[in-house]
Amino acid sequence: MAVSKDVPLWQQPVPESAEEAAQMEHHRRVRLTLDPVAPVQAQQMIMEPMRRQTLRFYVIFVILFGLVITELITWVYQMWWGLGVTGLTRPTMWAVYIVNFVYFIGIGHAGTFISAALRALKVEYRRPISRAAEIVTVFALATAGTFPIIHLGRSWKFYWLLPYPNERQIWPSYHSPLLWDLTAILTYLSCSILFAYIAMLPDLAMLRDRSTGRWRLFYRILALGWRGSEQEWHNQETALNVFTYAIIPVMFSVHTIVSWDFAMALQPGWHSTVFGPYFVIGALFSGAGAVILALILLKKTLHLDYFLRDEHFNGMGIFLLLLSMAWAYFYFNDYLAPWYGKAPADVVLYNQLSHGYAAPFWYTMLFANIVLPWATLWSRKIRTNLGAMFFIALMVNVGMYIERVIIIPISLGVNELPYDWGRYPLRLPETLITIGAFSLVGFLYILFTRFFPIIPYWEVFEGQIVHKVQRIGKALIPARSEPD
Amino acid sequence: MAEFPTRKWQMMVDLDKCTGCGACVVACHAENNVPIQTEQETVRGRSMHWIRIERYWEGEWPDVKARYLPVMCQQCENAPCEPVCPVYATVHSERENLNLQVYNRCVGTRYCQNNDPYKVRFFNWFDPQFEGLLINQLNPDVTVRTAGVMEKCTFCVQRIRRGEEKALVEHRDLKDGEVTPACVQACPSEALVFGDLNDPNSKISQLTQNNQRNFRLLDELGTKPQAIYLKAGQSNVQV
Repeated sequence: MAVSKDVPLWQQPVPESAEEAAQMEHHRRVRLTLDPVAPVQAQQMIMEPMRRQTLRFYVIFVILFGLVITELITWVYQMWWGLGVTGLTRPTMWAVYIVNFVYFIGIGHAGTFISAALRALKVEYRRPISRAAEIVTVFALATAGTFPIIHLGRSWKFYWLLPYPNERQIWPSYHSPLLWDLTAILTYLSCSILFAYIAMLPDLAMLRDRSTGRWRLFYRILALGWRGSEQEWHNQETALNVFTYAIIPVMFSVHTIVSWDFAMALQPGWHSTVFGPYFVIGALFSGAGAVILALILLKKTLHLDYFLRDEHFNGMGIFLLLLSMAWAYFYFNDYLAPWYGKAPADVVLYNQLSHGYAAPFWYTMLFANIVLPWATLWSRKIRTNLGAMFFIALMVNVGMYIERVIIIPISLGVNELPYDWGRYPLRLPETLITIGAFSLVGFLYILFTRFFPIIPYWEVFEGQIVHKVQRIGKALIPARSEPD
Repeated sequence: MAEFPTRKWQMMVDLDKCTGCGACVVACHAENNVPIQTEQETVRGRSMHWIRIERYWEGEWPDVKARYLPVMCQQCENAPCEPVCPVYATVHSERENLNLQVYNRCVGTRYCQNNDPYKVRFFNWFDPQFEGLLINQLNPDVTVRTAGVMEKCTFCVQRIRRGEEKALVEHRDLKDGEVTPACVQACPSEALVFGDLNDPNSKISQLTQNNQRNFRLLDELGTKPQAIYLKAGQSNVQV
């Protein structure tokens, strides 16, 4: 269907024939890319949550802030008395702190995957959700980064893990997977921040142009003088392309290296060669679940109904189902080999999972990660039902958290010499610190949404420019025009 | 300058002779300033004994036998705890064939303990407490470790160094039996023997050479442990 050049995109006339008008109406309802509104109107919708705050926001803000402060106080208490205040013991030397670390690193994977890999693959439903996902990545990674420090026996010496120059020439040991980890995570965090920032430049310029006073100065500095010239758009596109292809291998390496913290050890339950890809898939799985949770909350609280539509939840639902299947495949691989091998310690560990004290964890994990997604996500109706999606995504995250609990404290409880078996009892300090960490991610996230646009409007508008309908026979089919 | 000779310090544990009396554990606590944990902490699994006697029961009541297995740091030649330390707090002394722990460098990642199949590394969950008169018996040769660092059996490296230095000053070789760790010294049944395997005439070389009962704990993991165990009669201890 020809587009009239005289009228702007958002004022295109409705087709004259009633049938075509009905088809067009349907497309506009379903697809964000075929439903353009005036930029001013869309930008108003995006900036609305930044302009006015409800009482609900302040209540949640104070609660989350209080929980974060509680975490900090607990951490100081733990440093003052020693790690003995936690439930950590011999042989479960690592427990909830490392579980949180792996979990939050995992959450941090989906954001980059959605904005980078789906961008490279030109998947259209990523457009309005890429920022929301990237910001999940940045804050989850930053929170994950606190845990290796919280978990140290002498947290105040954490800088000894960094390769800083010192007069005694004592460097950290790159034989240790912990150092590979640190390197990978810092690389990934800095890449993610830059990636999210470059993608945000046009939106920051938009905010600069629509604000006054101090805020104008604030956004002016952050926008780096973005004027929207063709050269700037071209440079931004190039930079984003470079990051897109550079960050995907970094993303894969990060969680592979996190898995090597375990796979490189002799510990039964850890010593596995499939851990690398298994952890990457697990990370994407829980991360995709977390992004769905974030999107549902954003849509409901910030009234982003125009931007976040059924098609986006549908796409994320299919993505989640696919990841659930991939995860099940890798878990089966990881489980089968030791089960078949029947090494004594592995047999004990597996018995604890199937009918021992850890059975409730194991069966909950299998239900949440495999049974529930497979039983529900095949249906488009469920994928587009926000309540159902919220529950499924939440359960996926619970399941993936339990998976890490099984890998870390439960596996550590069993080793070669039965005299040294043990169980990890959860105690209050690490519980408070864990709640505080979740609150920290939420706190930073809601703070971000009040200062920066959570929907990348330029990306949405770009999608609306390149998408048209094309007449094939009697039907109007959405089509995408591809610039070179 | 005179050099210290290369050593292959080894500990031998004769399981036939071990009565499970626990004298080695007490001696080790006294020699190495190992803090004594409270009852509550012990129940939590946080007891610290650089050498411990693992007790395994064999058979069904009333026909039961107790098996004792003293376990201390095996000073592995291919120690799994060493490469995982990010700050070089646990390092290998090639000359003495010992696995050393640098308390001041340790930041407490506890990775070494996770990767240690013998579970002979101990973490200081709190600052050490020495109640009452115990404070007066602390060994001045050994550092008292603070909260947040790992510690483990050193084969009484302070005694080894003192003996070697004395021999060097007196321009003579170290005699076999001149250096004994506290546990070996305290063992009433002489189940523990310590010496240099590089010296073919040492007691430990004589006792362990071509001995049919030799085995190393969890040898199949490839850690090359340096403690030699002698199997007990009808033993079902994992070989």
